[in-house]
Amino acid sequence: MAITSDVLVVGGGLAAVTAAVSAAREGADVRLVSHKASTLRQASGLIDALGYVPATEPAKPLRDGPPTAGRELDPDEWPDPEGPLADPFEGIDRLPESHPYRVVGADALREGLDLFDDLVGDAYRGGHTDRNALVPTFGGAVKPTARYPAAAEAGLASDDRPMLVVGFRSLTEYDARAFAGRLEAAGVPFDVAGAEVEFAEAFRADAKITRLAKALDHDEEIDGTPAREALAKAVSPHLHDVVDESGGVDRVERVGFPAFLGDDEGDEVRAELADRLGADVFEIPMGPPSLPGLRLEDRLFDALDAEGVRFETGNPVVGVESASDGRVEAVAVDRKGRTAPYGADAFVLATGGLVGKGLDSDREGVREPVFDLHVEQPDDRYEWFVDDAFGDQPYARFGVRPDERCRPTDADGAVEYENVFAAGGVVGGADAAREKSASGVSLATGLVAGRQAATEANQ
Amino acid sequence: MTRHTEDDGDAGDSNGTSEPSGWRDGGGENAGSGGCGCGEPTPGVPEAGRDEQPSIFVPDDGEVPDGGAEAASDADAVGAAERAATDGGVESASGGGESATGGTDSTELDPDAYDPVDVFPGGDLDLREGADSCYKCTSCDTSCPVAEVDDEFPGPKFQGPEQWRLKRKDDHDIDESITSCSNCMRCDDACPSSVPLSQMHNEARGQFVERQMEKLSVEYIRNRILANYRTSASLASKFPRTASFAMNFGPARWAMEKVMGIPKERDFPEFATETFREWWKARGGAQVENPDKRVAYFHGCYSNYNTPEVGKAMVRVYEHFGYEVMVPPQKCSGTPMFANGMLDDARRHAETNVENLVEAIGEGADVIASCTSCSMSLRQEYPELFDLHGIEDLAEHTFEALEYLRIHEDLEGELDAAGGLDDERAFAYHAPCHARNQGLSRQAVETFRDVDGVTMEDVGDSCSGISGTYGWKEEKYEKSMEIGAEMFEHMEDAEGEVGMTECPTCAMQMEHGTGYEIEHPLQLLEDALGA
Repeated sequence: MAITSDVLVVGGGLAAVTAAVSAAREGADVRLVSHKASTLRQASGLIDALGYVPATEPAKPLRDGPPTAGRELDPDEWPDPEGPLADPFEGIDRLPESHPYRVVGADALREGLDLFDDLVGDAYRGGHTDRNALVPTFGGAVKPTARYPAAAEAGLASDDRPMLVVGFRSLTEYDARAFAGRLEAAGVPFDVAGAEVEFAEAFRADAKITRLAKALDHDEEIDGTPAREALAKAVSPHLHDVVDESGGVDRVERVGFPAFLGDDEGDEVRAELADRLGADVFEIPMGPPSLPGLRLEDRLFDALDAEGVRFETGNPVVGVESASDGRVEAVAVDRKGRTAPYGADAFVLATGGLVGKGLDSDREGVREPVFDLHVEQPDDRYEWFVDDAFGDQPYARFGVRPDERCRPTDADGAVEYENVFAAGGVVGGADAAREKSASGVSLATGLVAGRQAATEANQ
Repeated sequence: MTRHTEDDGDAGDSNGTSEPSGWRDGGGENAGSGGCGCGEPTPGVPEAGRDEQPSIFVPDDGEVPDGGAEAASDADAVGAAERAATDGGVESASGGGESATGGTDSTELDPDAYDPVDVFPGGDLDLREGADSCYKCTSCDTSCPVAEVDDEFPGPKFQGPEQWRLKRKDDHDIDESITSCSNCMRCDDACPSSVPLSQMHNEARGQFVERQMEKLSVEYIRNRILANYRTSASLASKFPRTASFAMNFGPARWAMEKVMGIPKERDFPEFATETFREWWKARGGAQVENPDKRVAYFHGCYSNYNTPEVGKAMVRVYEHFGYEVMVPPQKCSGTPMFANGMLDDARRHAETNVENLVEAIGEGADVIASCTSCSMSLRQEYPELFDLHGIEDLAEHTFEALEYLRIHEDLEGELDAAGGLDDERAFAYHAPCHARNQGLSRQAVETFRDVDGVTMEDVGDSCSGISGTYGWKEEKYEKSMEIGAEMFEHMEDAEGEVGMTECPTCAMQMEHGTGYEIEHPLQLLEDALGA
């Protein structure tokens, strides 16, 4: 068996990269194995830490019985989440005790964010302060987030300069005027207008977002005009679209675009557009597939390379190859039909949650498919959820339950394997969607799992 | 004593009609050393070309499988017939009982053991499940190198699950844009739901060519010639110098572009004066005998006819590690045929390959390929598209050459002990798309990173753009170069002045775009080990 390393990280997202880098920085020889192209490319590229502390109990106690006994309950009985939080750290104490932040500690989150800042350099903003920034997302919501791409900087909702949001008919999922309307409804402290312009019409009706980005990267000619110039020309008639409360017209000071302003040459594209428009230019993070996510993936995988981490994507880890004395010696990697053993002194499981397929479920139960670790869940399937869609859904917190060193534990709270550590979405206890804490959980648990795995391997 | 030397891999095009294929001619002591022979079945060796059920790309005219199926048990025949009705969603003309959704009529269901899911009979080749798994996240579209440069190309999501649904109705033609898919298979790697995108594309392309493409058109003939590169190469290699000259002779190239649509910008690869198989025969076959460590080398067309130095490096490196190398008769892996929708051609070649390679596996060998598209084909596309006996066995036993050594040998230790290169050399490494899909995109970088005297730089994850025959079509040439532009730039930026890749056509594109000389990792491994 020749494929061995000190630490083997299973997964390819933010938690896996964080774990791999922090293990490598402890001096371990690290290998990362990811089944598919990294899920980072599905991500918004925003790094949240903790935006809300949602209620875990309804305002009025439910009548006796399992959660679904409250079928007749008015959803309004659930109190609104507390937030948006100005400071993610001050909310940690009010999270449930089993929350990963409570388990690994607030310092792990702080150090995880520091590590992230170090890896991405000047491509991200927000590292100068503990405070959350409010970044508009393409649905028109405003998201409290700890770090955000430099490309999104001029769009912050706390900034009071008038804003124009640009949309394109061919980007069907993105409606600039609706976006502007929702931002105003959310009570942002600035005037905003949305405008649909003709530019993407030069491309096919359902052009890929990467196609648009490449055209801007290379400044391709669109009907005889370079792409960046053509885009600026399409937008400039709308620079006075913003009407303030008194009916006056302001020239906008910043213009927001869906996030397709170049891939490799993004900074240059934004700078040129800003120059031509005489206004700051920013990107609004979109749903998957997202260029901010792709750019972050590129940066983090370059960082892995620079840290000397070995990595491969394309083959899944399908199970444990050999284990003894509460330790795993090797896992099985499926190489197109045949499994190969990958040995290591310690393993980090960072395969994601139900969406990332680090957890698998059917009518019988929820499982962790690689190490077959214990996933805490009610036996009765009808207790996996409550009727109120925005209530405290038990399934949202499913996952493996770690000890303070991020080692998954069994139903009795005992460590399952001495040398297996878990990080990111596969770790249960957080309701990341309601809390806006997915990235922070990945960073905090990734940091701890990676360090502890390196410690274990060095013994 | 030498074995496995007879060079009969170039035997006639139709399988098993002429030469004997007994490549174990030297040692009579081997069990079953009579070889698979033509027409005389060897016990334990699957016969080639006898399908157990129709393959999915063949238009189903309601035929109940014959031949092989008749010989099978009743239960198998019933299973095959059911699948025939649902494969690819083509309705059976004779099957009055089938519903429009491809399900069987409820009267055929046993009322006592009825389960609603029985309405949708599955089967290995039914792609419904794959189509259902697609939740339209468009990760595939984002990773498609063609969609990135081509406004006309609707992308892998459309070509796969969406078109699959459309064509379930009889009156729906396959969209012509399927021919713009280059079969790089990046969509497979990107899909978080494991939708079998490339399988769907191959199937749709096969149907398009079969049913909708004008067989007398220049495009069809050109594609067929490109896809059957092995045939041309086999001829050319008879007169390698003449062929190398003639193929790149200016006026001839001009004519080829005008008449055949082969871009004049491209240089045809040079043909070797001695093919790999000729060399193998002249050297007397394997120099190492080892019943415990055997590999069967699938050299593919390119390292046989054009770059035999890659094949020689493979042999020397493996013998260095004490492996007995077998070189079974073989034809094209089928990759260029899949990419051109020529599935009948691919199947014919696959039959020969499966037959001979499975026989080698029976003798304890694993199958090794030095071209990542070849290994991809044997591992993934064969079992996805064909149902030949032994095909799964072959898929399970196939590896890429460097991959296999990394799994089974202490390659790093050996390289360390060998002490590195005498002269400093720097390489700009490009990982082929088909290496990426096998999880091999980083193996060359990792293997050589710590070798003294070697600088190995990954030039990034862009596609080279040539995608086998894709960049050999006049109408695709510009796009091919546009896709490759990023790689060219990164190569120029890299320290190395020599390129490196596992894929022969990527190598052509790298050379074409930068003028660099290109090596295969096995060649460097040979040098570094002093093998």
